[in-house]
Amino acid sequence: MLVGHQPKDFLLAVSGLTVSFDGFKAVNDLSFYVEENEIRVIIGPNGAGKTTVLDLICGKTRATSGSIQFRGQELTRLRENEIVQAGVGRKFQTPSVFEDLTVFENLEISYPRGRTVFGSLTFQRDDAVKQRVEEVAEMIFLKDRLNTYADQLSHGQKQWLEIGMLLIQDPDLLMLDEPVAGMSVSERAKTAELLNRIIKDRSVLVIEHDMKFVEDIAHKVTVLHQGQILSEGTMEHVKNDPKVIEVYLGH
Amino acid sequence: MVINSRFFNRSELLGFLALAVLLLLILPLSLDIFRLNLVAKYLTYAFVGIGLVLCWGYGGILSLGQGVFFGLGGYCMAMYLKLEASSVANTKIQSTPGIPDFMDWNQITQLPLFWKPFHSFPVTLLAILLVPAFFALIIGAAMFKRRVGGVYFAIITQAIAAILTILIVGQQGYTGGINGITDLRTLHGWDIRTDHAKFILYFVEVVLLFGCIVAAQFIRLTKLGRILVAMREQEDRVRFSGYSVANFKIFAFCAAAVFAAIGGAMFTLEVGFMSPSFVGIVPSIEMVIYTAVGGRMSIFGAVWGALLVNFAKTSLSESFPQLWLFGLGALFIAVVLAFPNGLAGVWADHIQPRIDRLLASRRSKSAGLVADGAPAE
Repeated sequence: MLVGHQPKDFLLAVSGLTVSFDGFKAVNDLSFYVEENEIRVIIGPNGAGKTTVLDLICGKTRATSGSIQFRGQELTRLRENEIVQAGVGRKFQTPSVFEDLTVFENLEISYPRGRTVFGSLTFQRDDAVKQRVEEVAEMIFLKDRLNTYADQLSHGQKQWLEIGMLLIQDPDLLMLDEPVAGMSVSERAKTAELLNRIIKDRSVLVIEHDMKFVEDIAHKVTVLHQGQILSEGTMEHVKNDPKVIEVYLGH
Repeated sequence: MVINSRFFNRSELLGFLALAVLLLLILPLSLDIFRLNLVAKYLTYAFVGIGLVLCWGYGGILSLGQGVFFGLGGYCMAMYLKLEASSVANTKIQSTPGIPDFMDWNQITQLPLFWKPFHSFPVTLLAILLVPAFFALIIGAAMFKRRVGGVYFAIITQAIAAILTILIVGQQGYTGGINGITDLRTLHGWDIRTDHAKFILYFVEVVLLFGCIVAAQFIRLTKLGRILVAMREQEDRVRFSGYSVANFKIFAFCAAAVFAAIGGAMFTLEVGFMSPSFVGIVPSIEMVIYTAVGGRMSIFGAVWGALLVNFAKTSLSESFPQLWLFGLGALFIAVVLAFPNGLAGVWADHIQPRIDRLLASRRSKSAGLVADGAPAE
């Protein structure tokens, strides 16, 4: 396929990525490329290494070997906060919001300014911050809950809040781990609408099991199986791939 | 710093005023100088408590080694005072005049290099703040950059408290050993042993304490304060919001160290000596207990905790010396089990709402009588 190093038009180039936990290779010699403004969905059976791939890109897990290039920058050598500052945002599978802070404060912390110790000591809640927080709060359906403590929110609202926290970071690559899992039907519809709105002007990497949701949003689908790529292409292509049917869709 | 309604909310402002009235009026007017000096001693632990509120209550970093920083601040002050007390004229009977007496007893004939800066008062004041901060920076960087946290961090800080005690006791010639640095006389030529000096020092300490309260409140209200809370709950989310969690923890730990050191330096001045018995594991844990009893989420709570527990300690250990430690242990267990937010939590959850209800019912009554509802009392 691709020989030599990645051409410049790839936003994210993962090549030869391997991670081994005590000899077990959760991700094994994985290579894939994400273009600007592409929406890529990763699917695969449980234990295929989907979440591990996101962990590797955002720096939560360190790669054993291989490279992750983001805009020509090698991410495997950066710390988590540096990766965020480079423009990669990550949403976790279980909602991780700050329950002892209000919705406003949750969003404000993610606002990309004053991220150093002294920057945060001198940080002012000025009009630009307030305006942006309100704008995002409206987008995530929490405009009238700005002063609510996050522990009062429902599961779905917490998921939206975390998506909002990512939005306010304005990342170039947004990684979402099962964004609609555990949501009610109406919340799911709202989330799909929300995601369709926020995925404009950025690349998105999504892990999802909900096939209808995948079909709705995916430009390209990567099927992982035992830490390796089983199939890759459009949803149509992947759905008709006999290997995929055998290990995943057929079940 | 302008204290406006945004900086302190209504109940915090009341707490601040109540504390000011108690410490600046009621206690100095009602206590004799011996008891007032005891209060001054209790208050030195309030400085440590304020630091622990930021570091432990807000940041979730439990340090069982605050005695280290209390001691470093105290020793810096003691070294300056000791050098002033060891003038050539005062020590002419020693075999080497002009050095502290314990050095002479340990056959040291020259002032060690690390003692020399403490001839200068400004350098000493800087050292009281910078030495503990630097020490905390080293410990913090070594631990937090490697993501050592929680119980492991608590145990390591405790070990450091033990190590420092052993070091001070072992290096008798340089530190005064188990007796500590004693026989301190003057501060920049001003005799600190007189009742009058103790009275003045008490007020200096109270002013410094209010300064620290305001500083801690300032930190609490910045975005940094909110990041500390966020970090305590969801460390990873803070990391993936683009912050270096380790740097924020180091800051909280250093700030707590500096507050503790100011308390330690005041302790030396109030009590007139410094010894390793205020550095080790037991005093460090006691400091955490004062904070827990007062309320680890409340700056004012920590001050009340230090005052009340120490008052109880003095009165109980005067009458039942053997029982005190059991009492302290029981108190800690009771607080952790029943009132996790300490006295401040009890106040906020049970007493404050009752007062509010009482006031509200009165106000509505008087509103019925007076048109604009302004309470006459």
